[in-house]
Amino acid sequence: MSTASRRTLWRPAFTLGVVLMAAVVLIAVLPPIFVTGAATAITDDTALPPGRGHLLGTNDFGQDNLARVLVATRLTLVMTVCASAISVVGGLVVGVAIWLAPRTVREWCLRLLETTVAYPTLITALIIAAILLPGATTAVFALGIAGIPGFARVTANLAGRTARSEYFLTSRFLGVGSYHLAVRHMIPAMAEPLLVLATTIFSATLVEISALSFVGLGVQQPQYDLGSLLNDSLESLYTQPIEALGPAVMIVLASVAAMLIGDGLAAHADPRTARTWSPRTPEANAAASPAADDEALVRVRELAIRGGEDRRTLVKGIDLHVAPGEIVGLVGESGSGKSLTAMSVAGLLADDLDLEAAELRVGDMNMKGTPAAAQLAQEIALIYQDPGTTFNPSRTMGPQLTEVLRTHSGYSRREAREALIEALATVGIDQPELRMKQYPHQLSGGMRQRAMIAAAVVNRPQLLIADEPTTALDVTVQVEVLRIFHELRRRLGTAVLFISHDLGVVGELCDRVVVMRDGAVVEELSAAQLAAGDVADPFTAALLDAVPQIDMSRGLPEGSRS
Amino acid sequence: MALSITSTRGASPNARRRRPTEHPWTRFRIRRGGGVLLSFVLLIVITFFIVPLLPGDPAVVAAGEGATAEQIEATRAALGLEAPRGAQFVNYVGGIFTGDMGASFATGLPVSSVVLARLPFTAEIALMAIVLTLLLGVPAGTAAALLTRGGRRPGLDHAFNAATSFVFAVPNYVLATLIVYIFAVLLGWFPASGAATLSSLVLPTAAIMIGPACALARIVRREAASILEQDYVRTARGWRLSTWKITTAYVLPNLLTTTLTLSGLILAGMLGGAVVIETVFGWPGLGTGIVTAITDRDYPVIRGTILLLGIIATLLILVVDIVLALVDPRTLEAGE
Repeated sequence: MSTASRRTLWRPAFTLGVVLMAAVVLIAVLPPIFVTGAATAITDDTALPPGRGHLLGTNDFGQDNLARVLVATRLTLVMTVCASAISVVGGLVVGVAIWLAPRTVREWCLRLLETTVAYPTLITALIIAAILLPGATTAVFALGIAGIPGFARVTANLAGRTARSEYFLTSRFLGVGSYHLAVRHMIPAMAEPLLVLATTIFSATLVEISALSFVGLGVQQPQYDLGSLLNDSLESLYTQPIEALGPAVMIVLASVAAMLIGDGLAAHADPRTARTWSPRTPEANAAASPAADDEALVRVRELAIRGGEDRRTLVKGIDLHVAPGEIVGLVGESGSGKSLTAMSVAGLLADDLDLEAAELRVGDMNMKGTPAAAQLAQEIALIYQDPGTTFNPSRTMGPQLTEVLRTHSGYSRREAREALIEALATVGIDQPELRMKQYPHQLSGGMRQRAMIAAAVVNRPQLLIADEPTTALDVTVQVEVLRIFHELRRRLGTAVLFISHDLGVVGELCDRVVVMRDGAVVEELSAAQLAAGDVADPFTAALLDAVPQIDMSRGLPEGSRS
Repeated sequence: MALSITSTRGASPNARRRRPTEHPWTRFRIRRGGGVLLSFVLLIVITFFIVPLLPGDPAVVAAGEGATAEQIEATRAALGLEAPRGAQFVNYVGGIFTGDMGASFATGLPVSSVVLARLPFTAEIALMAIVLTLLLGVPAGTAAALLTRGGRRPGLDHAFNAATSFVFAVPNYVLATLIVYIFAVLLGWFPASGAATLSSLVLPTAAIMIGPACALARIVRREAASILEQDYVRTARGWRLSTWKITTAYVLPNLLTTTLTLSGLILAGMLGGAVVIETVFGWPGLGTGIVTAITDRDYPVIRGTILLLGIIATLLILVVDIVLALVDPRTLEAGE
């Protein structure tokens, strides 16, 4: 085990859990040897308050409450361990067996498990306890069996995931036997999540086995466990409340310990990087003061962005401008800082990144400050890459696409709808009225991207920031989306900051290209220079070499039209 | 089935518009209907076999203590226990559909009326509790997710985690005991037991809902946190929508699926919780009913209660599935 993974496991909470559990186990093992007498002997010291000799007082029979709690812990713990073992082993066998069974059997079994799991464990346990005679052994079997479906279901789901993995399919294809598959491949692959689940089962069983005794259907007189002790104390809650304290604390202690251990194991299996939070303060001034002769729409000077725990420099010394109506490409590998730069321009940089710039403005808005939301929304539009998740999946397209019009531009619902239907038609979407009523998943990727563009341009923004808008699309759809951008600029004169890792796409569209690498601008080229291959930086040359040439003037290649 | 799949795949957009939901709904109905039917059949079979499996002779128990041999034989005949098992099963199933589940051994009253008289009490607590669980868990979880998103307020993050997992780890009967001690014994604000007044509803409901509310808050929080990282929330930020608008229109609707699924499970789980909580508070619901019946070996009542609880649990799952399919059309399509 590496030091790093050891650190994620032995966090304070997990350590506390282990210590508490160790204490509970010690209590279960050691004291019963010494105090059984005080716990069971009936004396005349009945219902004593807490005091010397009897830290938790005595009960109605003159038995020492503390001693009884210590003794009861052992029985509770033994029963819990046995019942959990039945659930885990039974669940494992059933779960794996289901996955090795033929398909139809498997599906019926899985469906059955789903239904069984929804049935409360305690009631299943009650049924079993009713069939067998109440007692400690019955309680163990009742909860052990009642816990099997839950464990089996998770095992079956995990096994399903393993069974679909490539190495498993390969082994099966190579003729490895079912037993061998289960023992050698399936169970080891599921070990960690199942261990976490086992601690959960332990904690749940502890609580429920005590519940069974608590309602009087578990451990019977003269035996006693924590649950039955708590029930006894209930009757004397008005006269001798201290009697409830021992069993209550003990159950909570054991349950919390199991939970802490389970959480610790889960966190170890799925470590989330702890993030530190130090937000930057925006500048108070939201209005920009551009130099008198500066005609540019977007002006970025000496932009630097730092972030992470070590405040690493992510982007530095960026100078960038976009003239009104100009299409500027921002190109670089992933991680070159092009999206961070674009998001800074949009005023959407994550709050915990530090931003410095001599100037950062769009029109008359100082993007280092916090310009009014309405102005931002109307003047800067954004289009993202579409992996199918850019729209809210639980709302229809209409309300989402008209969001800016309704929220920031004072359109009524109907006006916004009409404006958008028109815009959808101009970007080449058929049946726009229908699309407005559809959910995002009912549209194709190309259609969603066009809808996104329509929603952006309907506000007539000054600046359109497009972050890899064509990356997730088919090549033919890409070409069409690029045409829409051309068309937009021609009709509306919208300036575009177009981010891409694809020099080919950028070369077709942009007037000017800014190449970034490792958080800095490497070089800046005009479209003509790019087309001629007239590049100075070797990195740009390498990028350019990697581009398959698409000549849009000759139209689409034969046969690629849908 | 195969035919309808091909026809949908090959359909033009127009055809799809004419019959948009027919195909998935049919499949959904077959699938769910089958599952529910299977559950009911299993429930009936299991509850039937509970009595033959029970230790001892039901006729002896039913005839009461100190009954003579003739009395026991007469009881056996009256209960129909002499008939072959197959005939008994047919009787049993017929009885379920006509509402004749036999008579309680303990009181002689019809099982159906005994059980149905207790149902409202349990339903009252469970419904109150689930409503409060949702009202508490969803806002708390969503708020926690918003306040701690992206690593904000690490102190609150830890406090929320520690508090909810600690309270969740406390069993409801321990909580109930504590609640009774504080609010009934020490303060005397509410009655400690019984169902006489409206105020006696307060403590049992509180005891049964606090744990599930914490569990729900934790899950909602985790789910909301992952929704806040979604692309569509980024899109909404790009549209400069307010946090309130993003929460209500973008986060909450996408939480619905998880929340609904969980509330069904929590509500079913509360039937189990009711057994314990009702015992603490002497609440005359199904929980105390089944415990008393098991202690008294009152087999017909045990059988009736288990059957009723089973039917309720199954229907709950079905209702949740239907509501899910209605609010989230993707559920239907992703079903197979």
